[in-house]
Amino acid sequence: MTRVFVPLDASAKSVGADQVANALAMMDGVDVVRTGSRGMLWLEPMVEVETPRGRMAYGPVQAHDVPGLMAAGFLEGKPHPLSHGLTEEIPYLKQQERLTFARCGVIDPLDVADYEKHDGFKGLEAALRMSGAEIVDVVTKSGLRGRGGAAFPTGIKWKTVLDTPADQKYVVCNADEGDSGTFSDRMIMEGDPLVLIEGMIITAVAVGATKGFVYLRSEYPDAERVFGHAIEAAKKAGYLGDDVRGSGKAFHLELRRGAGSYVCGEETALLESLEGKRGVVRYRPPVPAVSGLFGKPTALNNVNTFASVPIILHRGADFYRDYGVGKSRGTVAFQLGGNVKHGGIVEKAFGLTLRQLVYDFGGGSASGRPIRCAQIGGPLGAYLPESEFDIPLDYEAFAAKNALVGHGGVVVFDDTVDMAKMARFAMEFCAIESCGKCTPCRIGARRGVELIDKLVKSKRREVEHDTLLDLCNTMTHASLCALGGLTAYPVESALRYFPEDFGLPVRN
Amino acid sequence: MIETSLEVDAVDRAIAGSLHLDGAVLPMLHAIQDELGYVPGFATDRIAEALNLSRAEIYGVVTFYHDFRSTPPGRHVVKVCRAEACQAMGADALVDHMKQRLGCDFHETSPSSAGSVTLEPVYCLGNCAVGPSLSIDGKLHGRVTKERFDDLAKTELG
Ligand SMILES: Cc1cc2nc3c(=O)[nH]c(=O)nc-3n(C[C@H](O)[C@H](O)[C@H](O)COP(=O)(O)O)c2cc1C
Ligand code: SF4
Ligand code: FES
Repeated sequence: MTRVFVPLDASAKSVGADQVANALAMMDGVDVVRTGSRGMLWLEPMVEVETPRGRMAYGPVQAHDVPGLMAAGFLEGKPHPLSHGLTEEIPYLKQQERLTFARCGVIDPLDVADYEKHDGFKGLEAALRMSGAEIVDVVTKSGLRGRGGAAFPTGIKWKTVLDTPADQKYVVCNADEGDSGTFSDRMIMEGDPLVLIEGMIITAVAVGATKGFVYLRSEYPDAERVFGHAIEAAKKAGYLGDDVRGSGKAFHLELRRGAGSYVCGEETALLESLEGKRGVVRYRPPVPAVSGLFGKPTALNNVNTFASVPIILHRGADFYRDYGVGKSRGTVAFQLGGNVKHGGIVEKAFGLTLRQLVYDFGGGSASGRPIRCAQIGGPLGAYLPESEFDIPLDYEAFAAKNALVGHGGVVVFDDTVDMAKMARFAMEFCAIESCGKCTPCRIGARRGVELIDKLVKSKRREVEHDTLLDLCNTMTHASLCALGGLTAYPVESALRYFPEDFGLPVRN
Repeated sequence: MIETSLEVDAVDRAIAGSLHLDGAVLPMLHAIQDELGYVPGFATDRIAEALNLSRAEIYGVVTFYHDFRSTPPGRHVVKVCRAEACQAMGADALVDHMKQRLGCDFHETSPSSAGSVTLEPVYCLGNCAVGPSLSIDGKLHGRVTKERFDDLAKTELG
């Protein structure tokens, strides 16, 4: 029997991976193994064959291609028009620095033994020999900052939780992944869920928590299924429960489903939602690290933050710190999407340019038309024109341009995009998703939609333009959370770089 | 509206199944909607009673979240992505085509001659590299052109 790997990733399935797996399973001599995706999503469904030389990739494969592939001898890795040679040699993958995504697409995501064979649980093993303060120290020294958007230093957050005495502490994973254009959390949860579980156990050991929750958006039923099974597998193997691998420490993990609210990705709204309430943002202080879930100290992090922790504990703080630039250390799994030829996951150290990402990895636009701009960091991120693509991907460089790296999503647009429409969409989205607690966001976003409609039709555009900028200013400075506070980024950047789309004069 | 015994059973089972959880309200509402396709009005009273909370609190929760609906949907629920990455790949034209073909707008259900399909917008399905994307009864589909939607309508919405 020859092992043939077919992704069970939701994106791969959305373009026919299940049908391919079924067709392959009916062939003689084929042993189908379902894995996560390697992240080269334009090649999905991508099938890999295990050969003595290594894994060979074929894609995009449809079910009706299977007989032809068999006839061509793909089980021996023989050539075929859909062949891409050795998977690891595909330039898109070869040029990446896969730390967090090292196992994604490689292993069977629900096989604990396979995970352990690929360095799984080595980070936990190291952590269990250390004190909580020592673990926190390693994470602080690694330079890891939150991958959910705000980029807060993870070690500092954990230290607060560790230093706050309480009878109960929690670890909460933010798997709400509401930013459009992002899917790295989903891909980890489907392709390597045990690395997230390991990261959360290490966190619990570090801060002294015994209970954890994963808050997963309802739009991800596949991730819910896979991750639910992963929790069961980890329990069975003794990694979750009253006594984590004989350490005498307890850690219990529960998976919870969100209900279609973007603002519930904001950490305090998420906690309200977990408590069974409306997802309304809390005032702070206190921060969740002091008073979080049910008023207890809570270490709340993004999926990719937790998933980066095991390798830091296993390989050491310096190993991780050596990747990256300035104050942005380590790697990020960028997500390339929208109108781009080679969309997918690109895990690289901070510091590569947007141009390298969009052109060298992305291969330009999918439509073949010139690229006009990209939105980086989700629906609250700025639109940057092609002329600004030499900016390095690093938190501080982006902040200096009133832009965000955020959760690492990059959405590419060709020259057919109407930027007035995109600006209007940003305001509309804010109005739909506002939690309603503060006026600048709740009312401002509605006025924003109206103002943009008026502006593009107006004869006195300069006046509407000033009013719109004034509104953006109010929303930026008077909103309680970043939903109202950052909606001006896409709007102002659209106005600044593409005034002609609003019928405004082009400035020099 | 008079509740049916089917509804009462589903609501009571959902409440009993999640009563032991911390922050049980969302798990209860999900369990009800998973089974019935919607959350009937009287469920608010039952959950409030079971958790010793006010009806107003539970009502506030049900109405806050986009996912929960108070009336039965059509035979199928189609959620189409309106977010930026799918827009960059032509989602707006796809949405117009779908509305026309189904004969209904967002948050509406198509007439039964068009298959009794409830159409909802969604803001990203995490499928942004192979858009435009939509889901049919929870199953995700990528690279959806107008033609592919017409094919899906025949096979999945018939
Ligand atoms: C409107 C809004 C939505 C957010 N959505 C998410 C999200 O979906 N996932 C996420 O991890 N963080 C999200 N965040 C950021 C969280 O509030 C928080 O900073 C983060 O989860 C902390 O984890 P980290 O330090 O590991 O990044 C959002 C913030 C705001 C204001
Ligand atoms: S900015 Fe918007 S989402 Fe944030 S607290 Fe205010 S109303 Fe709620
Ligand atoms: S933007 Fe449509 S799936 Fe993400």
